[in-house]
Amino acid sequence: MGKLPLFPEQASTFAPDVDHLLFFLLAVSVFFTVVIFSAIFYFAIRYRRRSEQELPRHVHTGMALEIVWSVIPFGLTMIMFTWGAAIFFKESRPPEDALPIYVVAKQWMWKLQHMEGQREINELHVPLGRTVKLTMTSEDVIHSFFVPAFRTKQDVVPGRYSTTWWKPTKAGKYHLFCAEYCGTKHSGMIGWIYVMEPQDYQKWLSGGAASGSMAENGAKLFQDLACSNCHKADGSGRCPSLVGLFGRDVKLSDGKVIKADEAYIRESILQPNAKIVAGFQPVMPTFQGLVTEEGVLSLIEYVKSLGEKPGAGAATGAGATPAAKSATEKR
Amino acid sequence: MITAAVQEREHYLNASYGIKSWLLTKDHKRIGLLYLATITLFFFLGGAFATLIRIELLTPQGDLVSSETYNKLFTMHGVTMIFFFLIPSIPATLGNFFLPMMIGARDLAFPRLNLLSWYLLVVGGLFSLFAMLAGGVDTGWTFYTPYSTSYSNTWVIATAVGIFIAGFSSILTGLNFIVTIHRMRAPGMTWFRMPLFVWAHYATSLIQVLGTPVLAVTLLLVLCERLFHIGIFDPALGGDPVLFQHLFWFYSHPAVYIMILPAMGVVSEIISTFSRKPIFGYGFVAFSSVSIAVLGFLVWGHHMFVSTQSVYAGMVFSFLSYFVAIPSAIKVFNWTATLYKGSISFATPMLYAFGFIGLFTMGGLTGLFLACLGIDVHVTDTYFVVAHFHYIMVGGAIMGFLGGLHFWWPKMTGRMYPEGWAKLSALTIFLGFNLTFFPQFILGYLGMPRRYHVYPEEFQVLHVLSTAGASVLAVGYMIPMIYLIWSLRYGQIAVANPWGATGLEWKTASPPPLHNFDETPIVTHEAYDYTTVMEEVIEVG
Repeated sequence: MGKLPLFPEQASTFAPDVDHLLFFLLAVSVFFTVVIFSAIFYFAIRYRRRSEQELPRHVHTGMALEIVWSVIPFGLTMIMFTWGAAIFFKESRPPEDALPIYVVAKQWMWKLQHMEGQREINELHVPLGRTVKLTMTSEDVIHSFFVPAFRTKQDVVPGRYSTTWWKPTKAGKYHLFCAEYCGTKHSGMIGWIYVMEPQDYQKWLSGGAASGSMAENGAKLFQDLACSNCHKADGSGRCPSLVGLFGRDVKLSDGKVIKADEAYIRESILQPNAKIVAGFQPVMPTFQGLVTEEGVLSLIEYVKSLGEKPGAGAATGAGATPAAKSATEKR
Repeated sequence: MITAAVQEREHYLNASYGIKSWLLTKDHKRIGLLYLATITLFFFLGGAFATLIRIELLTPQGDLVSSETYNKLFTMHGVTMIFFFLIPSIPATLGNFFLPMMIGARDLAFPRLNLLSWYLLVVGGLFSLFAMLAGGVDTGWTFYTPYSTSYSNTWVIATAVGIFIAGFSSILTGLNFIVTIHRMRAPGMTWFRMPLFVWAHYATSLIQVLGTPVLAVTLLLVLCERLFHIGIFDPALGGDPVLFQHLFWFYSHPAVYIMILPAMGVVSEIISTFSRKPIFGYGFVAFSSVSIAVLGFLVWGHHMFVSTQSVYAGMVFSFLSYFVAIPSAIKVFNWTATLYKGSISFATPMLYAFGFIGLFTMGGLTGLFLACLGIDVHVTDTYFVVAHFHYIMVGGAIMGFLGGLHFWWPKMTGRMYPEGWAKLSALTIFLGFNLTFFPQFILGYLGMPRRYHVYPEEFQVLHVLSTAGASVLAVGYMIPMIYLIWSLRYGQIAVANPWGATGLEWKTASPPPLHNFDETPIVTHEAYDYTTVMEEVIEVG
C-alpha cells in the first residue's frame, strides 16, 4: 500500500492511440458535466422559492433549443464512433510479418508456445519493437487475454481461434490478466509479459530447452496419428495433399470456396465431415479427444511449413483436388 | 381536530385488518406496499453481500473469505440486486401504487393478476434464497456458458429457476400496466395529458413484455444443457458459447432500461413539482422514453466487442449505441431547462432528483466511453464497467427510487417523514456513492479486471477509498430505513397535497380511500398545470 497510480503505462503502439481517444472523450464529458452542473446550481439558487405562494410564469418549449441540444451531441458521438471504430479495425487486422505465438488457456493458467518450440506458462517473452500475433483457444471455458499496458483485450473461446496483436514499444514487465470470469481461481489466472531487447530475446530463445520447433513436433504427430497414410504429399492418397494448402482457396463438395486458415484446419482435424473437399469422400475419422489443443496447433504449424501461397501452376485450386498433384510435382 | 378527522375517515389501510386482508388483497395500493416490503428485504440482503465484497477488497490478498465464497458473493449480490430489487423496484412499488391513481383509475386493469405477480416474485425469490442458503452459486449474474452449463459445481439450476419464475412477475406487471394505460384513463386524460411518470412506465412495460420472454427461453436452454447435456452452448457438446451472450444481452441490455426509465419518470414528477413548472419539452421527454425502449433492443452487441463477434457487427452495435445517447441527453437538458425561471424548493425529493441528474449524467457520459470500440476493448470487463453501471443503476435508479419514496410517502402512509434527517441521508448517499464508485473508474482504466478476489498491490489505495465510500453509503441507506419506519407512527400527519403537486393522486386524501377517488376525476388540463393547484393551495393555506 502507498502507491497511487492514476494512469496506466503505455507500452504498445496502440496505447497512445487509445489514450488520445480517451482524452477526447474526457474533454467532451467534462465540458458537458460542467455545463449541466453549473446550470443546475445557478438556476437552483437564482430561482429558489422565495414565498410559498410563488407561481412562476410558464416558459414555452423551444423547438430550436431541442434541435440544437440533440444535433450537437449527436455530431460529437459520431466522431467518437468513427475514431473508435478506426482503432478497432486496425486491432482486428494483424500485419503479415507478425511473430506468431500460440496460446492455449485453461482453468487457471495460460500456456504459450513459440514457433521455435519454447513453451511458457503464465509468462511470455517477446522482443521489443517486433509485432506479435497471438492465435488463441481455450480447453474449457471462456477466458480473456488482457494486457493493460498494451490496451488490448481479446476473449479466448473454446472451440474456436481468436487472434490479437500488438507491437511493444518499451522494454519491461507487464501484467497479463484473465479478464473474463472463468471460475474459482479466476483472479489467479494472471501472468507477465516480458518485453526484451532483441539481443536479450535471442539469448533467451536459445537458452530455453525446446524440444524441437512446433512444425517439427507437428510433423512427428502427423506420423504418429497416421495422418500421412492418407494425406500423401504427392496427392496419391485417399485424402487431399496438404502441400501448399495453407492460405489457399479450397473448393468444397457443396460448391463453396473457403480459405484454408487455422480455423479450417482445426475443424478438419476435429470434425472432418463438416467440410468435404470437392472430389473426395468423407472417409476421415474424427481426432476429437485424440489430440490436444496444443497438438492441433503443432499440426497447423506443420501444414503451414509445407509451403504457403503456391506457385502459379496451382492457382485453380485446391489443394484438394487431384490437380494438386501436378502442382506438387512442379515444386 | 384535523388528526381526529383523518383517523376516523376510512382509507385503504384501515378498510380491513388482519394478515389475510393483506395476503389476499386485490388493491393495487396494498400490493404496492407488499412489494415495497419484499424488495426492501432483498435490497438489504444484496447490500450485505456487497458489504462483504468491499471488506474483502480492502487488502490485495484473499484474507476474509475463500475464492469460492468471494465468487458466490458477487454472483448473489448481482442476482439479488438486479432480479429481485432493481427490476421490480420502482414499477412494482411506486408504479403499482400511483400509476392507476395518476390516470384517475380505481385500480389496475387486472387486480388478481397483480396479486399473482407479487406471489411469483416471492416464489422466485424463495427459490433463489434457497439456492443461496443451500450453497450458493458462482457463475456471476451473467451465467456465461460453458462455465454455467458444464463447469460450475454450484446451485445454478435453483437460481435460474428462481429468476425464471420472477421473470413472469415482471412480464405480468408490464402487461397489466400497458392494458391499464390504454383502457383505464379517466375522462379527459388524453395520452398527452399523462404525467411523464406514466409515459416512462409505458415504455418500461413494453420492454418487460417483449424482452423478458427471451431471458426465460435462454434460462431454459441453460437448464437443458446443464441437466440433459443437450449441446447448445458448450462447444464440447457441439454448441456455441457466444450464442448464449447474444441471447442473454438481448434481454439484459434492455433490462437496464427497465431499471432506469421508471426512475427518469419519478425525476420528471419531482423536478416539475419542486420548481412549480411544467417539464420543459414535455413531448420530447415523453417520446425519449419510448425511443430509449425501442433503441435499447438494438444495441446488445456492445457487451460483446471482444467476444469473437464479427468486427463489422461490433461496428454496427457501436454506431447504434450512440443513438441511445441522444434521448438520454434530451431528458437531462430538458430537466435542467425546467429549472429556468422556476420556483425551486430544496425539499428532500428534489435533492434526490438533483443527485439523480448528477450521477446519471456521469453514468451516461461514461457510457460513451464503453460504446466507443477503441476504448471499450481496453476497459470492458474491468472496474470501469463496474463503476459505469453502478452510476446508472445505483446512482440513477436508487436515487430515483428514494426520491420517489420520499415524494409519495405522505400519500402512501398519511405521514410526513422528518425533513432534516431526510436531507442528511440524501447528502450522505450522494457523497458516499461518489467516494465508492469514482475511484473504480480509475481502477478500471489502470486495468483492474472485475470479479477478482485477489489483486495486484498497486490497486490497493483506490480499493481502500472505495470501501471507505461504501461504509458511508451503507450508513446513508440505513438512515431512511429507520426514520421512515419511525414516521409511520410519529410522523406529522400529511395533508392531501403537501407539495402543491398537480397529479391526480394529490387530489384525493392522504392516505387514499379504498377506491382511490370518491368520484371519478375529470381531466380538463395538461399535466403540470400549476395555476389551478396554486389557487387551491392558497385557498387552503
